Amino acid sequence: MTAGAALLSVDKLSVAFPGHTAVHEASFSISPGETLALVGESGCGKSVTAFSVMRLLPPNARVASGRISLEGTDLLALSEAEMREVRGARVSLIQQEPMTSLNPVLSIGLQISEVIRRHEKVSRKAARERAVELLDLVSIPNARNRIDDYPHNLSGGMRQRVMIAMAVACQPKLLIADEPTTALDVTTQAQVLDLLDDLRHRLGMAVLLITHDLGVVAQWADRIAVMYAGRIVEQAGIEPFFASPMHPYSRGLLGARVDVDADEHYGSHRLTEIPGSIASAAGQTGCSFAPRCPVVQAACRQAVPPLTPLGEGRAVACPVTTSVPLANRPSFPLSGAGARQ
Amino acid sequence: MSVQAEQPIVVTGAAAPGRAIPRRRRRLRAFLRNPTFVAGALILTALVLLALTAGLLFPADPQDMVGTPLLWPGQDAEFPLGTDSLGRDVLARLVYGTRASLLVGVAAAAIGLAIGMVVGAFAGFLGGRVDAALMRLVELFQTTPTFILVIVIVSITEPTIPTIAMAIGLASWPTVARLVRAQFRSLRETDFVMAARSLGYSPLRIIVQEILPNALPPVIVAASVMIANAILTEAGLSFLNMRDPNVISWGGMIGDGRDQLRTAWFLTALPGAAIAMAVLSLNLVGDGLNEILNPRTEP
Repeated sequence: MTAGAALLSVDKLSVAFPGHTAVHEASFSISPGETLALVGESGCGKSVTAFSVMRLLPPNARVASGRISLEGTDLLALSEAEMREVRGARVSLIQQEPMTSLNPVLSIGLQISEVIRRHEKVSRKAARERAVELLDLVSIPNARNRIDDYPHNLSGGMRQRVMIAMAVACQPKLLIADEPTTALDVTTQAQVLDLLDDLRHRLGMAVLLITHDLGVVAQWADRIAVMYAGRIVEQAGIEPFFASPMHPYSRGLLGARVDVDADEHYGSHRLTEIPGSIASAAGQTGCSFAPRCPVVQAACRQAVPPLTPLGEGRAVACPVTTSVPLANRPSFPLSGAGARQ
Repeated sequence: MSVQAEQPIVVTGAAAPGRAIPRRRRRLRAFLRNPTFVAGALILTALVLLALTAGLLFPADPQDMVGTPLLWPGQDAEFPLGTDSLGRDVLARLVYGTRASLLVGVAAAAIGLAIGMVVGAFAGFLGGRVDAALMRLVELFQTTPTFILVIVIVSITEPTIPTIAMAIGLASWPTVARLVRAQFRSLRETDFVMAARSLGYSPLRIIVQEILPNALPPVIVAASVMIANAILTEAGLSFLNMRDPNVISWGGMIGDGRDQLRTAWFLTALPGAAIAMAVLSLNLVGDGLNEILNPRTEP
């Protein structure tokens, strides 16, 4: 198996809350230095998946089954104290809300150097020097003068840069970015994602990018995993995915977006929508996308279709679209992206 | 003066590296601009100075009988505030009494704060069964009338300054515990606590380094009121003769003057005014701090 090469491998992970299961047997892996985008709508289990890698689930949630291993270490088997050595040093997390993710009463320099001193035995002074370097690294101008600033002195984009500096301070192998740019305006968004991409190359880390923005995925990710109602329904490399999305849900997602590069405009053709809502998946057997699916068949409502590997790192959980040879595929009412080549 | 000093810095902004006014100075100015706080702080500072310099101002033993008994204030220039029924200098005793009152007030508040903050922090941060157990304990203390509890504790032990402070502290911690618990309950859900956990910080470190500084402002405000309450309680105890007979306290002076209430009412009125002054100053400081430390008015 490829687990030897993988940095993080999540195997059949299920996470349960009292009364419902948020994640069903999700499996994916991330190679060193790679960016995997985890995509899906709100409430589909993206963040829960990410937080279970950090073992920071809410107190009422628990991992029901599955394995999470980081560089061969079984994270679910570690004690809480051992897990604290992993967090911040080998896996870091960037949250979506930079305005509230920094401690308002401590200076940013102190917050960054505390992270370094938490995981490495360095003097206060050396840690402070490192903090200046890190602020420099995340492109905060005039880092040496800003280091004693408090979070309320900084803008949202700057704060997210400080969060990134804290997250990469101990050179983690994996950075989990949970919608890192949702709270930022569009220009800042691009800068922050560029910064993340740059740091990934310079520090050789892998990034698990959680987002619902396919534009972000197309530009910054290497591979994509699409989640729907707690299940991964499609995994693919970025180019094959955007060229020919296979799962009906993926097609729906791509059909619902405007491709500005291809000179599209919302007036030039009708954007498709996915009928129904994610709530329609509740309490039914079979494929959770079946109630909204344009190509649904009777068998889809009986059993959950497994995620079937199709080679070249691609896997799709839809027997209907994968069984038909490429040329004979039915044209979908919502295959806006598929029709474009 | 400070306004004039800044003006050129603002105009020639390029000359000043970074921000013109350091954060500490801005904080200080916020304090000085608040009239309530300034008034309270001035009275309090005066009282503290009196307590510290009592030995220099009145080198003679204030327990000595030095003059004719029951001299009225102004009657004899040597005793500006008169003498009591034993011929002791009232002014000197008032000044020495500041020591006992402030000492008991601060010590009792410190003990109450220490217990209350530890209990509140753990209850609020850990939640669940720990929280339930600790809160039942708090309720047990809160349903007992504070003053009765203090009297019970003091009457079991010797009434000395340390035991009185301990008793008042033990009776007053539940308020702080509830306050701190509420703060911790809301702060533990914040993003920066999640960020701290994701960086590998231990729960104890998150409590002390991340949450506690954010929970402090209302606690500091409560502390000034706690000192005031402790001073009142101490005065009440002394009035009831639950006091160290060798220590001069305002409450004790009121108790001593009770017998002459109709003939020499100043013997009770003067220490009463002193208590009112001390409590007022602490309440003013508390109100001022409340306005200054309110995050919505953060300078």
